[in-house]
Amino acid sequence: MSTVESEATAGRRGSARAVAVASSIARFLVIAITTYLGLLAVTFFIGRVIPIDPVLAVLGDRAPANVVERTRREMGLDLPLIEQFYIYVKNALNGNFGTSVLTTNPVMTDIRRAFPATIELATLGTLIGALLGVPLGVLAAVRRGSIIDQIVRIIGLVGYSVPIFWLGLLALVLFYARLQWVAFPGRLDIVYEYTFTPITGFYLLDALWQRQWDVFRDAFRHIILPASLLGYFSLAYISRMTRSFMLNELAQEYIVAARAKGLSETRIIWGHALRNAAVPMVTVIALSYAGLLEGSVLTETVFSWPGIGLYITNSLQNADMNAVLGGTIIIGSVFIGINLLSDLLYRVLDPRTKVR
Amino acid sequence: MMMEKFALRSRVLLAGAAMSALLLAAPALAVTPADTLVEGFAIDDIISMDPGEAFELSTAEVTGNTYDLLVRLDLSDTSKVKGDLAESWTVSDDGLTYTFKLKPGLKFASGNPITAADVAYSFERAIKLDKSPAFIIGQFGIDGDNVTEKAKAVDDTTFQFTVDKAYAPSFVLNCLSATVASVVDAKLVKEHVAAVTPSADYKYDNDFGNAWLKTGYAGSGAFKLREWRANEVVVMERNDNYHGEKAKLARVIYRNMKESSGQRLALEAGDIDVARNLEPNDLDAIAKNADLTTTSAPKGTVFYISLNQKNPNLAKSEVRQAFKYLVDYDALSSTILKGIGEIHQTFLPKGVLGELNENPFKFDLAKAKELLAKAGLADGFSVTMDVRNTQPVTGMAESFQQTLGQAGVKLEIIPGDGKQTLTKYRARNHDIYIGQWGQDYFDPNSNAQTFASNPDNSDEGKVKTLAWRNAWDIPELTKQTEAALLEKDPAKRAAMYQDLQRKILETSPFIIVHQQLEVAGLRKNLRGFALGPSFDTNFVGQISKE
Repeated sequence: MSTVESEATAGRRGSARAVAVASSIARFLVIAITTYLGLLAVTFFIGRVIPIDPVLAVLGDRAPANVVERTRREMGLDLPLIEQFYIYVKNALNGNFGTSVLTTNPVMTDIRRAFPATIELATLGTLIGALLGVPLGVLAAVRRGSIIDQIVRIIGLVGYSVPIFWLGLLALVLFYARLQWVAFPGRLDIVYEYTFTPITGFYLLDALWQRQWDVFRDAFRHIILPASLLGYFSLAYISRMTRSFMLNELAQEYIVAARAKGLSETRIIWGHALRNAAVPMVTVIALSYAGLLEGSVLTETVFSWPGIGLYITNSLQNADMNAVLGGTIIIGSVFIGINLLSDLLYRVLDPRTKVR
Repeated sequence: MMMEKFALRSRVLLAGAAMSALLLAAPALAVTPADTLVEGFAIDDIISMDPGEAFELSTAEVTGNTYDLLVRLDLSDTSKVKGDLAESWTVSDDGLTYTFKLKPGLKFASGNPITAADVAYSFERAIKLDKSPAFIIGQFGIDGDNVTEKAKAVDDTTFQFTVDKAYAPSFVLNCLSATVASVVDAKLVKEHVAAVTPSADYKYDNDFGNAWLKTGYAGSGAFKLREWRANEVVVMERNDNYHGEKAKLARVIYRNMKESSGQRLALEAGDIDVARNLEPNDLDAIAKNADLTTTSAPKGTVFYISLNQKNPNLAKSEVRQAFKYLVDYDALSSTILKGIGEIHQTFLPKGVLGELNENPFKFDLAKAKELLAKAGLADGFSVTMDVRNTQPVTGMAESFQQTLGQAGVKLEIIPGDGKQTLTKYRARNHDIYIGQWGQDYFDPNSNAQTFASNPDNSDEGKVKTLAWRNAWDIPELTKQTEAALLEKDPAKRAAMYQDLQRKILETSPFIIVHQQLEVAGLRKNLRGFALGPSFDTNFVGQISKE
């Protein structure tokens, strides 16, 4: 009797978990869809409210009046606003973001070309930020109040408060113009731009794959400066969070117990405390990664990095609303996706969240 | 999983690469390839490479180098044209029919022969597409219904062009030197034609290859267009079939760079050979650098301030006059316009038939105050000005704001993106606008029409000239502008334009400040680099490197 009962309970518990999972997925979907629709509406209406005539994007500054009027009709801009919005949403939901009037390509084609550049840059930036930020944060926590702690905090403060484009310009003047350690803005030198055929769009990987060492070196010389800047930006955030997580862990009882057992300090810090702090760190790093993907707009502009940020900036300046919408939606999706992913990772890594 | 692998691999890479970068990245001057010219140039205005559609300034340079015309501007005397594909031409006695004889043995870059049928097709598609520059040909009474009759091939080497009135031949020929009259390879274009459903606005069943030609190429110029990527790059390669002197370099690359400071850095580092959008301070620095040099040429572009006549204060003739005395021309030309512009107060730029180099206005506060008092505005008034966020107009606007202030006129600057201010200007919703105006084609009529004619000043007016945009109603001047088109004697025609310019100078709501000097900074190893008098005459074929 008791076994039957416990099986039933287990079954109920199982189905309860399934329901919980399903409901959290459903909740996520609702949030995602609402966000998309919100993005669509905001982009569309901002696009119509700002006093820029989209016809200019198609025709340029110098078109005569009769051509402007004809094109306005052809673009459906003479239709009622609601009707325009309906057409716009219908197309967007079908994954059709239209054609970019600037590049004459379908917006999705442009984005497919630009996005790997942004991912490559943000990934390298996050790696730099995490690989330096975590150890610095740990050091600062362990040596709390020491000169090291102060230095780490100042590094973090500067990274947090100085605008990234300003640092970018300074870095360009110093490392490119003066020292010539790094290459000209862009992804590759002109020489390689027409001899190198990328496969995935991640130039560093593609060059390695094709064993083109000179291309790899060139791509690296181009990416290292913007990636370091982004890395510095995320380092500031990651080191600060690491420090506070570590301080939290180091104050726990099990650390006292471990010390009592006579474990070496290195093992206590790197083996025990950091391991436990690693769980919230995943979220921090993932969020900072998403932030870099989205926030690299200025960096891309300063460094002429042909990624999604530069694409959207150019499109906005040229009233190319199809491209602006497409880019915004893609970035929005990635942001939502990474948030979900870090949420899931958190659940997987932290045993306590699993039981619940 | 994918991400993990990627991250792991990158991490290993990163460690190794960081080490090697420190070792390998020794300071060394970057050098562009010996057979390639690399120019840093703001080419973000390009929206199409189809010569029947393109109308932007940077595109003009590319089209001028990649396509041929029947006739071209004669660079030794820009009030004349000379044959390009055409060997000779005649004008019928009634002044209506122009007959062009093509040079023998011409070939497109594709290898197809160039025939009069290609010329006729080029005219037909430009007119039927009816894009921005089509009016340059269309103004001769040519439309979609009659173009095949009015622009036709008589035989393989004879092309005939018929106009509706006995215009000044200089006017007709100047218009035919505009990029819209570029000759396309009809056979090649027809291979790429896309079907279109006819509509009320466009009654043809095909696009005349427009979709393909936006990024494609079907010409016969000194260079062929290899690639255009919006906001990134334009790549041109030498055309070995070119009928004239072959280009010296194998490749020319325009890299999109908007900022003057960025162009200067790249030029100093040797990553580009030419910097094309330099502001005065960067231009100065480059002129002082021993490895670099600078060059300049006056361009057919004038910068002006215009006063909307819908504003009752600005509509008073004394106020219009007073404002012309309230620009500090000398201060401007010694600061923000230094090296990039020269004082020029008439609407025809230097180099055009009928140019008039009279600059009567100087900054004169007392005179301006007197005029304002006469207009009943001795205590001044408040007014707004739409200003695009870009140099040199921002600097000019601020200077104007300051000098107007001295006369008691409070000027509020409304800054905006270029597209914003232009949208407002086109709708006649501004008070004061500051802008630049480039000729549509190299003939005095282009600017005369826009500054001195306004056939219908109502809001519904179809011909939206600059006079219309500023609601300046001028039936007399409109008639005079039209009359100048029919004057066959070039000397008399020039005199008519000079008369028009004097009237505009005195009475118009246009304060023309200066003519643009196009500048370039270049590395000293370049030979033969020269800027032309117009945007489609910046030829790169004769450039070589040492």
